[in-house]
Amino acid sequence: MEFYRKWFQFLAILITNSYWAFPFTKSIYQGPLKVVCSPGLNCYSCPAAAMACPIGSIQQMLLSVRLSWANGQTYLALYLVGSLGITGSIFGRMICGWVCPFGFFQDLLHKIPSRKCGIPRIIRFLKYAILGLAVFILPLVIVNEMQLGTPWFCKYICPAGTLEAGLPMLLLQPSLQDIIGTLFYSKLVILIGFLLWSIPTSRPFCRTTCPLGAWYGLFKNAKMVKLVLDETKCTNCNECHTVCPMGVKFNESPNDSDCITCLRCIHEGCQFGAIQLQIGGIPVHSPDIRTKAKETAA
Amino acid sequence: MKRIAPHFKSEKASLILLTISLILFSIGVTLDEPSRVLEQAWQICFSCIGIG
Repeated sequence: MEFYRKWFQFLAILITNSYWAFPFTKSIYQGPLKVVCSPGLNCYSCPAAAMACPIGSIQQMLLSVRLSWANGQTYLALYLVGSLGITGSIFGRMICGWVCPFGFFQDLLHKIPSRKCGIPRIIRFLKYAILGLAVFILPLVIVNEMQLGTPWFCKYICPAGTLEAGLPMLLLQPSLQDIIGTLFYSKLVILIGFLLWSIPTSRPFCRTTCPLGAWYGLFKNAKMVKLVLDETKCTNCNECHTVCPMGVKFNESPNDSDCITCLRCIHEGCQFGAIQLQIGGIPVHSPDIRTKAKETAA
Repeated sequence: MKRIAPHFKSEKASLILLTISLILFSIGVTLDEPSRVLEQAWQICFSCIGIG
């Protein structure tokens, strides 16, 4: 299943970044598809991006709310919140595991052989503070004399933007290299930090910092596609703990907000058919069949 | 060990959230927010990517 998931992630990146004319135009895509929110964290200033980044778009909308209201335009970012709500209520954090480009980069880096380590659980709550403060509150509240705010997360934190947009734009437009300064280098340090951290620790950005992951995590109890634990079959062997890339202890916390529904616990962990994938309450993957197949093969 | 909540509760909650999200999405469309999103997404946000 991991093999298929990797290919799915790769295809998702190709679809959300399908503007391959950028080496010739030297600029970003400006077509109608950019009205669609990318489900994963995919910077819309990436030269190949064909869709809008939901987190970037929300900040841009909120930072100009006061100015737009003064001009008689009532923008509340409802279109964007609604888009993310639709995706979240159907898939939840499955998007992180199957579609997000930055998650895919971290998955690949974690395959580099090294000593592996986890993340203290308390740090995982940081992403909720980042979602609330850097994405929603600060862009709305702190404004300049022009009544314009700042996209705090994109400007000061987002390593995906540096990787997918900052570095490629510097290569495409070398004249930009003359105007980079402290801000760019500080973001480069953040990017390098997360990339290096991804080698010993699985998905550190997703687990500690990503506001989009935090948003989708809010749907942990109310998403249509999810993993369900069958308590009668669970032996508490904790194999699901060892294979989970997000450090979720599935048998103790089946509705964990960090579960990205990568299905590794079903396919590589549980040998007893205690974990089931359901869509809208209907089982779509029967581990009993797998167990029986193994028994038959044995 | 925790037992999962009854499935129907979770399904009902996801349907309610999906409906609310669809309503918000529709209101946003009627307020012409997609055109604002397009305006933003068509421009390179230099400060966002750390340049300029």
